[in-house]
Amino acid sequence: MEFMNPSIFKENARAALADKDLRSAMAMLNAGMVPNRQAAVDRLPEFTLLSQRGRELKDHVLGNLDFYLESFERNCKAAGGHVHWCATPADAQAAVLKICRSVDAKTVTKGKSMIAEEIHLNEFLEKHGIEPVETDLGEYIIQLAQEPPSHIIGPAIHKTKDQVSDLFLKHHAKLGRTERQTEPPKMVNEAREILRQKYFDADVGITGANYLIAETGSSIIVTNEGNGDLTQTLPKIHIVVTSLEKVVPTLEDATTFLRILARSATGQEFSAYTTISTGPRRPDDLDGPGEYHVILLDNGRSTMLGSEVQDMLRCIRCGACMNHCPVYQSVGGHTYGTVYVGPMGAVLSPALLGVSETQHLPCASTLCGRCEEVCPVAIPLPRLLRQWRERSFEAGKVPGLERWGLSVWAFFARRPWLYGLAARLAVRGLRYLGRRQGRLRTLWFAGGWTDGRDLPAPEGQTFQERWRRQQAERQRGGAAR
Amino acid sequence: MIDNSAKAPINVGLFATCLVDLFRPTVGFAAAQLITAAGCTVHVPEQTCCGQPAYNSGDRRHSQEIARQVIETFAAYDYVVVPSGSCGGMIAVHYPELFTDDPEWSRRARALAAKTFELTAFLADVMKIDPVAAQYDGTATYHDGCAGLRELGVRQQPRELLAGVAGLKLEEMAETEACCGFGGTFCVKYGEISTDIVSRKTANVAKTSADLLLAGDLGCLLNIAGRLKREGSSVQVRHVAEVLAGMTDQAPPIGENGEG
Repeated sequence: MEFMNPSIFKENARAALADKDLRSAMAMLNAGMVPNRQAAVDRLPEFTLLSQRGRELKDHVLGNLDFYLESFERNCKAAGGHVHWCATPADAQAAVLKICRSVDAKTVTKGKSMIAEEIHLNEFLEKHGIEPVETDLGEYIIQLAQEPPSHIIGPAIHKTKDQVSDLFLKHHAKLGRTERQTEPPKMVNEAREILRQKYFDADVGITGANYLIAETGSSIIVTNEGNGDLTQTLPKIHIVVTSLEKVVPTLEDATTFLRILARSATGQEFSAYTTISTGPRRPDDLDGPGEYHVILLDNGRSTMLGSEVQDMLRCIRCGACMNHCPVYQSVGGHTYGTVYVGPMGAVLSPALLGVSETQHLPCASTLCGRCEEVCPVAIPLPRLLRQWRERSFEAGKVPGLERWGLSVWAFFARRPWLYGLAARLAVRGLRYLGRRQGRLRTLWFAGGWTDGRDLPAPEGQTFQERWRRQQAERQRGGAAR
Repeated sequence: MIDNSAKAPINVGLFATCLVDLFRPTVGFAAAQLITAAGCTVHVPEQTCCGQPAYNSGDRRHSQEIARQVIETFAAYDYVVVPSGSCGGMIAVHYPELFTDDPEWSRRARALAAKTFELTAFLADVMKIDPVAAQYDGTATYHDGCAGLRELGVRQQPRELLAGVAGLKLEEMAETEACCGFGGTFCVKYGEISTDIVSRKTANVAKTSADLLLAGDLGCLLNIAGRLKREGSSVQVRHVAEVLAGMTDQAPPIGENGEG
């Protein structure tokens, strides 16, 4: 599979469907995530209310984004922090590099951050002679495997335990760990022990932020491993890489989201660690970084404001949409070829990368609506996917054959008499082909269908012709009486 | 407007859907019989398709043209009844979205949307019919079509109606609410993914003791039946209306020739 190339979605899907390891990893995910979320939601009677409140809060913030961002900046600075406004990924990379160079950083530890993925920070730092060390276990695994994340909250969810055992042996053997571990607790311990010294060695710690608090200028991260705390408190500098729409007005507002985030994501009541950072270490603090920087990335988000896809900016990155997506469940995240995957990725990626390169993503959906149903902030994902399909169609990105097919079909569909004639011919032809078993095993122009399933044969006449004949017979019968 | 009192006839326009028209006329007759039995007069005006192929492909112009045609054709009836949650959802939910910039057509689309119902929802919620008098000996499992379930809230209605069918036992499969992978043109454009999705559905069917799979959408049914038959399954597949109308003797199960 080729990573980070959304234009070969179909080829990637084929490879994914043939990948036995991926299929067993996805089966585990599918069996766990869906019932776990449901159970967590069922245990909290006010989940729907909280969810509605979260949605309203996000809409309020998006309607007043400038106000809350400026308020965040003011309060962050007042607490001794620095805010870097970055329009593009390149701006954000440059800002991070400048900070790293100010302390002549050789290594940086990293907590899990999708914005760091969005700006391809690891590659960039490596290119500039700085070693990034991922400290979230999932991120650590895919860093060793040199792969992008396949899920926004479980980056290595596509890997089986056996694959991780092999990967650890391969990379840890040179560190003296020559025994292949197969028990998850032992594997985790091995990774922890190797990572432990890296925290002390790092000059800079980089984390993401789940929320930015306007009233206090703080950032919040949630993790299950505590790695984020070590990443952000031990080094000289803490850099938060985040994006505009993460801001919420108050700490209390953040708790609304914290109560729905973990439940939607993993089915936990709450993540194991929720950490609030406000500015650098103060004189009487026992620990903490000497400097606190917030990289605020825009990367197209401000143009989504006021557009038909603005609702996407409500996203709290829980991953419920992908966990419940039949397409994601089949092909996994790497197939999408983008940083953000699943339904939320298929809506966000065209906004970040353009409709041209990402045209498969909004199309590769059955529009079943389960993503919208489980979205804790009610993002109308199917509607937004259709919006992108329209933009793609308008831009002439739909293949010629499909466009031609639609025109021919529409020509008939708008002429009922002609349509009826064509339909009567078609059903007779198909009936003849499927007469023996009542179904067709192959059909030359419908391989997409018949490669994987039979095509039930039509009954042989259209409903409308039979109905009209029956009505006519009844009328004649009535007249005869 | 609509007068349900006294003896004023309730005129129902049956939007059969293009798939029923082409593949499974029996569903159209079953729907007509059920609606008639509920005390309404059924009309089948000349019709083609609801426009979903264009709508879901991003072709707004053709979607609007076809929607206008359907709106004009069915405007005069008291109700429009559709034996499909997908096409019903198209008319009841998506037509109004197609004309947000056009006040006149928006009004007409909303008027049609307000009186358009999926078949089982119409029978159970609008006409509040008594248990149907049908008979079917066997164990069925029910697949919830996505649009019916999530756009129109169709879930209990077919089950309530089936509860009245003598001899029929309903055994729910796991994940009845999961998509079958049909998705309109999706199943052809992304055929391999669609096949994988429907295989999860057929695996769930196989875990039950059902000998019959029912649903209210012919798209899902053709897809699931096609996969079951490819897998060599003996589970029969039918539209719920066929069982409710007691018309299972009118046509062999979907994808079969009548001799088993």
